[in-house]
Amino acid sequence: MPKQLTRPRSAGPLFIAPFMVLFLLLFLAPLGYAAYLSLFQEKLVGGTSFVGLDNYLTAVKDPQLREGVVRVATFFVIQVPVMLLLALLFALALDSGLLRLARVIRLGIFVPYAVPSVVATLMWGYLYGPDFGPFAQLSDKLSLPAPHFLTDSWMLGSLANIVTWEFVGYNMIILYAALRTIPADLYEAAALDGAGAWRIAWSVKLPALRPALTLTLLFSVIGSFQLFNEPNLLMKIVPDVIDSSYTANLYAYTLAFTSQQINYAAAVSFLLGLVIVIISYAFLLTANRRRPA
Amino acid sequence: MPEYPVSSPALSRRLLLTAAGAASLGAALTACGGGGSDGGSTSSEPVGQADIDKAMTTPTELTFWTWVPEIAQEIALFEKKYPAIKVKAVNAGQGTPEYTKLRTALKAGSGAPDLVQIEFQAIPTFTITDSLLDLRPYGASALKSQFVDWTWSQVSGSDGEVWAIPQDTGPMGMLYRQDIFDKHGVEVPKTWDEFAEAARKLHQADPDVYLTNLAANQVAAWHGLLWQAGAKPYVTSGKSDITVSVDDAVSKKLGAFWGGLAQEGVIGVEPDFTDSWYTALNKGKYATWIVGAWGPAFLSGSAKDTSGKWRAAPMPQWDAAKPSAGNWGGSTTAVIRSTKNPIAAALFAQFLNSDAESAKMFATKQFFFPATKALLADASYIGATPAFYGGQKVNEVFAGISAQVDPSFQWPPFLDQVATDWTETVGHSLARKTDTVAALGSWQSRITTFAKSQGFTVKAAP
Repeated sequence: MPKQLTRPRSAGPLFIAPFMVLFLLLFLAPLGYAAYLSLFQEKLVGGTSFVGLDNYLTAVKDPQLREGVVRVATFFVIQVPVMLLLALLFALALDSGLLRLARVIRLGIFVPYAVPSVVATLMWGYLYGPDFGPFAQLSDKLSLPAPHFLTDSWMLGSLANIVTWEFVGYNMIILYAALRTIPADLYEAAALDGAGAWRIAWSVKLPALRPALTLTLLFSVIGSFQLFNEPNLLMKIVPDVIDSSYTANLYAYTLAFTSQQINYAAAVSFLLGLVIVIISYAFLLTANRRRPA
Repeated sequence: MPEYPVSSPALSRRLLLTAAGAASLGAALTACGGGGSDGGSTSSEPVGQADIDKAMTTPTELTFWTWVPEIAQEIALFEKKYPAIKVKAVNAGQGTPEYTKLRTALKAGSGAPDLVQIEFQAIPTFTITDSLLDLRPYGASALKSQFVDWTWSQVSGSDGEVWAIPQDTGPMGMLYRQDIFDKHGVEVPKTWDEFAEAARKLHQADPDVYLTNLAANQVAAWHGLLWQAGAKPYVTSGKSDITVSVDDAVSKKLGAFWGGLAQEGVIGVEPDFTDSWYTALNKGKYATWIVGAWGPAFLSGSAKDTSGKWRAAPMPQWDAAKPSAGNWGGSTTAVIRSTKNPIAAALFAQFLNSDAESAKMFATKQFFFPATKALLADASYIGATPAFYGGQKVNEVFAGISAQVDPSFQWPPFLDQVATDWTETVGHSLARKTDTVAALGSWQSRITTFAKSQGFTVKAAP
């Protein structure tokens, strides 16, 4: 008996050791180093000096950072509901068993996720083109005014469209997998009680999906606030609409690699991380509180 | 001045090379320390022939970051002459992406190459961080007379250092569509006034056609135009003083001119090197492209549909009696100061760009516009008659332009920042047809703020 008790105790740490080592080396160590860097200021003339929390104080008051955070928050509010609703509809439709060619459709919706976001953005950037893009050409043929996908007022929507196209399949798979785990006897019981397909979806499937939906929502918070690739690439096409501080992440990148203000960029990144943690935590709290006891 | 190690059998070759590197590093640092406008120019002691011979016969591998396609053929010439030295070419991106990686490697203290390809405009950005090796101790000064004067002054430091060896250049001219000009009865503009008239006339005659496109993301073109107009936007003295004058009278003249044309809607302002821009060039949306001398070869590769329709001419002038030119692009080969093989690296940089065969290969295989006087006088080079330009001697046109480039133009020590700031101020004003002259003021103040935050002493335009 004692032997059996001690063995798992010594084996446990060994099992998690590979993870912990990599976690320390690749995650905590760089994070610690960035935190350390954020307390200094390096100048091209005059070198490095310790400045304490000055970088954070500057960042809190930085209008460019604030605009970037507000912009990604707006983006989140526009894009995430649309994407999750679509993902939910697709998942329910696939799970209903009423679709022909369900496998093909499932794959078709998922494939964009396999396309690297850089490639996806380049492709959409071409499609959006105001002169020679296919939409512009089509409206030209039909003597309609060309759509202005890449202007100030449309840009967030155009970005949201790209991101939705990329990630709707990914979220659908998560929701679909959750649906597959619902025990069949629940459906049988519902059917016996006289529930139709819609009623089952509403009263059985949706409640069962709550944890999966919370998960996808959490991923979306993080993804939205770290929006980078898409605006960074579209900036090359429309530099007057997307500037180097369009999103908070883009701003941190510009500070580090264009302005050579690595220390300030580290502080900005930490603040952005803090914002994401707070918002994610707030979401989790609300989701848990609403869960029926 | 540090003593150079004497050849001694007790010293291993590796140690000797390291010591020689450290010695020259010390010399270069001394030169920097004594730097400043007061001209405390410390001449660097040349490396002895014995050390050079030894280094060039010691098996060595050099890493060279470059985006030149098929550079293996030029490297082969060097390796044939110095069989002990192997050069590994790595494409780390073109321009800014390479500089970003380089800066990261330099900061990390490892992973930096021995040599890099670097544009003229980026040299001060890397000398301010003491990242480049002064090539004087390795005989670079002797090459001065082989290179076009303005290219040599571009690679020279304020105390006479030689920071890099010129590879190719981009004196700016105007490529134009002869067929479009003929169709609408437009003459090739000789002055900027004629250019503005032609822009209005052409766009009125055909609303789908614009005389040119001034890309709202292309600070390099703007710098070239400033250069031609005789502006001195950035003047540095010493290591910490900079005069920024990107909104002085000359700049405002440019701002009013181009901003005016953009507001009238008679020129294009779309970003260059995008899908849309390439299509526009192929479809004849723009009747001219004002570009560096690398433009002709580039265009014939990317606008194949328009072969035979293009011609080349000098840029329009502000004063036709005193023609002048600016430069856009072109690059150099520089040695990174942290190299363990400074002798081999320096000799490679020099050979690559000054050896007659290697330099000619760049001009004929990679279609680079040369930086050497010999090639610009070479009848077989300037006499070439490419069919894309209707058999015109395009190289001869640009060789003439190269002679008019002002040698005193300087670059800021933080080019990336200046470029981003330009796009977000002057570029925005062009794209959105707002006041470009006012935008110059914003550009000036953004550069000034940045420079001050980096510890520079900033002087306003006199």
